[in-house]
Amino acid sequence: MLRASWKSLWARKIRLLLSTFAIVLGVAFVAGSLVFTATLDRAFTSIMNGTVGDVMVRPAGQKANEAFAQTRTVPASVVDQVRRVPGVARAEGDVSSYSTFVVGRNGKIVGGQGAPGIAVSYHDAPAGHGTPGLTVREGRAPQRSGEIAMDPATAKRADYRVGDTVNVVTSGRTPRLSARLVGLASYSAGSLVGASLVVLDPATAQQTYFAGRDVFTDVWVTAEPGHDQAALRKAVAQVLPPGTEVVTGDQAADEASDDIKDALSFISTFLLIFAGVALVVGSFLIVNTFSILVAQRSRELALLRALGASRRQVTRSVLFEAVAVGLVGSTVGLGLGFVLALGIKALFAQFGLDLSGTPLEFTPRAVVAAYVVGMLVTGLAAYLPARRASRVAPVAALRDDVAMPEATVTRRALGGGLMVLAGVGALLWVLTGDRTRETYWLGAGLLGVILGAVLMSPVVGRPVIRGIGLAYRRTFGAVGTLAEQNSLRNPRRTAATASALMIGLALVVMMSVFGASATRSVDVLIAKNFTGDYVVSGTFGTPFSPTVTDQARGVPGVEAVARTRFTQAQIDGDRTGIGAVDPKPLTQVARIDVQQGSLDRLVGKTVFVTDKAAKDKGYRLGDQVRITLGGVTTPMRVVAVVKSTPALLDVTTTIAGYEAAGGPHQDNYAFVARAPGADEAQVRAGLERITAGIPTVAVKDQDEFAAEQRRPIDQMLTLIYALLGLAVVIAVLGIVNTLALSVIERTREIGLLRAVGLSRRQLRRMVRLESVVIAMLGAVLGVVIGIGFGIVLQRSQSGAGVAELAIPWGRIWLFVLLAAAVGVLAAWWPARRAARLDVLRAIATD
Amino acid sequence: MTTRVAARAVGLTKAYGQGEARVVALDDVSVELEAGRFTAIMGPSGSGKSTLMHCFAALDSPTDGQVFLGEDELGRLGDKRLTELRRDRIGFVFQSFNLVPTLTAQENILLPLAIAGRKPNQEWFDHVIDTVGLRTRLSHRPNELSGGQQQRVACARALAGRPEVIFADEPTGNLDSTSSDEILQFLRHSVDELGQTIVMVTHDPLAAGYTDRIVFLADGRVVDEMLEPTSDLVLDRMKNLDARLPSEA
Ligand SMILES: Nc1ncnc2c1ncn2[C@@H]1O[C@H](COP(=O)(O)OP(=O)(O)OP(=O)(O)O)[C@@H](O)[C@H]1O
Ligand SMILES: [Mg+2]
Repeated sequence: MLRASWKSLWARKIRLLLSTFAIVLGVAFVAGSLVFTATLDRAFTSIMNGTVGDVMVRPAGQKANEAFAQTRTVPASVVDQVRRVPGVARAEGDVSSYSTFVVGRNGKIVGGQGAPGIAVSYHDAPAGHGTPGLTVREGRAPQRSGEIAMDPATAKRADYRVGDTVNVVTSGRTPRLSARLVGLASYSAGSLVGASLVVLDPATAQQTYFAGRDVFTDVWVTAEPGHDQAALRKAVAQVLPPGTEVVTGDQAADEASDDIKDALSFISTFLLIFAGVALVVGSFLIVNTFSILVAQRSRELALLRALGASRRQVTRSVLFEAVAVGLVGSTVGLGLGFVLALGIKALFAQFGLDLSGTPLEFTPRAVVAAYVVGMLVTGLAAYLPARRASRVAPVAALRDDVAMPEATVTRRALGGGLMVLAGVGALLWVLTGDRTRETYWLGAGLLGVILGAVLMSPVVGRPVIRGIGLAYRRTFGAVGTLAEQNSLRNPRRTAATASALMIGLALVVMMSVFGASATRSVDVLIAKNFTGDYVVSGTFGTPFSPTVTDQARGVPGVEAVARTRFTQAQIDGDRTGIGAVDPKPLTQVARIDVQQGSLDRLVGKTVFVTDKAAKDKGYRLGDQVRITLGGVTTPMRVVAVVKSTPALLDVTTTIAGYEAAGGPHQDNYAFVARAPGADEAQVRAGLERITAGIPTVAVKDQDEFAAEQRRPIDQMLTLIYALLGLAVVIAVLGIVNTLALSVIERTREIGLLRAVGLSRRQLRRMVRLESVVIAMLGAVLGVVIGIGFGIVLQRSQSGAGVAELAIPWGRIWLFVLLAAAVGVLAAWWPARRAARLDVLRAIATD
Repeated sequence: MTTRVAARAVGLTKAYGQGEARVVALDDVSVELEAGRFTAIMGPSGSGKSTLMHCFAALDSPTDGQVFLGEDELGRLGDKRLTELRRDRIGFVFQSFNLVPTLTAQENILLPLAIAGRKPNQEWFDHVIDTVGLRTRLSHRPNELSGGQQQRVACARALAGRPEVIFADEPTGNLDSTSSDEILQFLRHSVDELGQTIVMVTHDPLAAGYTDRIVFLADGRVVDEMLEPTSDLVLDRMKNLDARLPSEA
């Protein structure tokens, strides 16, 4: 029995190859995402381990890397106290910043697209466990004001050599720094994953970031040999003043790398989602391929049954093929996954996340996952056809034309209909109220709809095919009729093939509806709420020095400048964001709809809240809210309730209140209003003169600001399209596969058609039209579902800023046309193959 | 009555394979098929009957020699012209699997016309349908028809386009005697009433009895001919033919 399986497998290798391809892609995504995640993990863990001492002393309640690192500090006296603790070899105060960028020789910022611009004060204490700390690679360390060092990779990207005068922009008190590059220094790991590193001497760093106060961001403690981190931590803890805490270097490194990994976890989530899509779509291909192969082999299988093979043996022989296909697919997929991870690495390097220093991490987990996923999916997908195969009656071997037993299409469609209803119910339930575990229900609802639609598609698809068929018959005559009939002869096969495209297209359309809605929402939001003329903001969304805003006030023709700030905070114990504004100028640049209280009373430690927050959290005028920043809690009073807009955080205080609570001394946006009658060009030129020397800060008018806010949406969409494109590629392969198999299956019929006078061209057209039917069926169903999903997604995110619904009809039509083109393309090879068949030999085939 | 030639072969040779494996299926065959007559081709299995039909019907190309349909030499025509020729001037009936399973009987019958984009002549169509007796079955799919009915649909298809010649390769080979009688009577009728030219391969002396002329093939050559055959005569001749074979080999 096994031998027979092998032989039939080998005989059908080309047909199987195509269906394997889907598995290959799915597995590649799984393996690729696991390999890439592991690589990221290792890169960050090794980097972070090199950037901390054995023990770190820091402001209480503050984790590494937090945005307000610059306001909460450790006094210099702590350094001396810690130095005297037994077991401490060295204690060095660190000054560090995460928004200090190097301006390259070409005047452009180095890196910056998401990766931090790190600045640290120099010391040469070893890192945890005696590994080397910050090491000078060339030249020497900076010793006084006017000297600077940077990491070799950044120097190379900026095109600077030791001895050059270099420019650096910071978000500290001094927005711009000019200094001589005296050396190149880096941490032991070398790579900084795209971040840039600038090194200053401690005094200059304190001058730049803390206005010369003798305080530090944290204290780096090196243990004497033989003292372990935990014990040293305990010892150091005993001498610390209140407001400071101590953690082991290992913990600090873990926290830092966990934070980064959390921030990057969307990458692997993304990849795994696409792996899921590829595998679901791929499993349709497998079901289809095996169904067709089993149908074609029904005679052979019946013969096996007639010769005494049991049902189970027949099932097993088909499953054996599936597993073998899965094995091959998984192996190739694993290899491709590795290549994919390399590709992602290269792609992220483009976005500034440079991992070139870290080799890919080939974990056993990735290998096991690849094989388990590949074989399981193939096996499961082949199970149904295999079971059907075993139902072939032995007597079928003796008959001329064998029809495989087909389960009733209607019963499935009924089940599918119920699933769709349940899914839609879940979606409506989520959308019509505040529900717990929204995401979960949303996901379940969407999944229900799509799986139900797949089950229903043979029935639902019929009218669509009929419709297309009508057009065909009108336009293409007999060839059109033949194509239509061929598509209808096996509705399940047509529908299953179309389903692959349907899923891919549904997702594409969903994302484009959502993207268009998000874009529209941004535009509407800015048009409605921003009444100022210009926005000054960081080019990468990074905060900038408040001196920029101060200078903007002085530009002639400027009537009002409103600075805004925001940061992560805890409000009444919930982790969320807090905003800060200048109340007076704010009303001149933005429309704020006050519902209760008054913004006039917004002074010092007071806040206004949105009506949504008021409802959710029960805030009322006069209530106290407790704002916790960097471990320190400040109570503030609610003085106004305003109408919620996506531009407003739940709770906003004054700039003074923000600074008093410990918010960082950095601005995020400065909104500028022109005085009536002031010359537009002059005001703008005046503002641009301020930002000219600081490439991280730019002036934009309303349109430019809107365009800038839209850009991340567009980038995200492009990435999603690229990945969903793969799902569509799989779907195309599915169509190729189904067509190729059905051409083989219909060899005799094709011979007959040719014998009665169908020309090669007509034959090719027939196959092409069939292909277009499948593609259009997938497209129509996919677009309908996709628009629905897009609306659901937009509605579910309307509270999060996507308030407007926009359906990009032009783009959707383009997708439908592309789907038709895909159909034509997919038919190319099967059509050629069909046209090449030798008439006589085709007729003689059995 | 002057007999016009509908198709003829001149020095037709067809060989398969190369070197050792070379099989000569037709060996210098020259034969004329007269218009408006019902010709049978007979001979032992492997004697080249099907090959001859295929060469005549533009389904296969000769290794040597020429085949004419009317005045046109098939060897000079490209694939496109040959396809058109098959579609417009030739009808073919195979032993089995003659119909496209997705199309109804009527659609199958009209298929060559539909492919050509020609309108069927309703009168002629009705005539053909009534002759084959399929009026009640027109909307049925092939799998809803008996073997005999399917063959009759195939014959109707061959007739529908009023081709110059209909070639039928053992059209009754799979049928019981009643069904096969129906088909043969129908073919005979088409020749007599409609003036159709039909060439049929058969092994069955009874079937051959319906024809006007029999061409006997053996080992790829025309070995004999018989005019106005009856089944008894044919039976006799076949016995002779079989007896002669070993000595010739
Ligand atoms: N494609 C082919 N390749 C090689 N040899 C072939 C091919 N087709 C036919 N032949 C050979 O040519 C010879 C004639 O075959 P043909 O099919 O014409 O015989 P036939 O008279 O129709 O026989 P039957 O009565 O069994 O149908 C046979 O010896 C056959 O083996
Ligand atoms: Mg034959």
